[in-house]
Amino acid sequence: MTSALRNIIYNCKQATFLIEKRIAGKITAAETLQLHIHLAGCSVCKIYQQQSILINRVFVGFENTDFKLDEAFKKTLTEKIEKEINKN
Amino acid sequence: MQNEMDKGLIAKSLHSDPLSWVEKYADYLYGFAMSRIRDEDVAKDLVQDTFLAGLQRLDRFEGNSEEKTWLTAILKNKIADFYRKQSAINLKVISVEGERQDFFDAESGHWTEKDYPRAFGLEIDNPLMMKELGSILNECLAKLPGLWFSVFSMKHMDDLASELICTELKLTAANFWVIMHRTKLNLRACLQKNWN
Repeated sequence: MTSALRNIIYNCKQATFLIEKRIAGKITAAETLQLHIHLAGCSVCKIYQQQSILINRVFVGFENTDFKLDEAFKKTLTEKIEKEINKN
Repeated sequence: MQNEMDKGLIAKSLHSDPLSWVEKYADYLYGFAMSRIRDEDVAKDLVQDTFLAGLQRLDRFEGNSEEKTWLTAILKNKIADFYRKQSAINLKVISVEGERQDFFDAESGHWTEKDYPRAFGLEIDNPLMMKELGSILNECLAKLPGLWFSVFSMKHMDDLASELICTELKLTAANFWVIMHRTKLNLRACLQKNWN
């Protein structure tokens, strides 16, 4: 067994790093194999992976409409724009 | 009266009516900024800067694109400027005070037992539960260092290539992935802690 392989089989820190790299980019064929073997034997990292993907989904799913400006700020903003127009 | 007419004429010839901007676009632009920056004061400033920059460039707006698209493009540039400033401040701060470093055993790389990811017991097809999870995630995101949030948001919100983000924020590829990893570890732990 290569040392890289031995390292990953028991190393959750490295496995979660590869999980993130795979989700947001790409990993090599060797890394894919290492991760596959790790996940086959590590239920904790499997939960991590599911939750990591879920977090991305929730994050991207935020609607812009979840945020609203207060009326006072809008009023000030309108006044500033009017003032700026009248300058010209 | 003459003045009012002038303004109307100007608005027409410029394909745009700035007096209606706040009413039409302020909430939209604010939401756009907030979903990428998560700081109310900064987001408000950026919306204001966007409108003022728009006014100055009004003569160059030719009505080829929608007003909303045009203003959003200005805002996107402002957000990119903000990210760059943040990264200049945080350049050396990869490790952050208060950040959890000890998710794993230093020797073996195993999860330390108290940090084991545990199932959330979540029904993903339950909209109420997902909404609750979303609001907790929001609080967790607010605790992230600015640079980390910028990296995370540019990657997932704007779907930018990792290389581009590194160039924009002056990060090495190695640092980029360290930040992505630590961001997720901290977000996940924060969710687990505050869920239920």
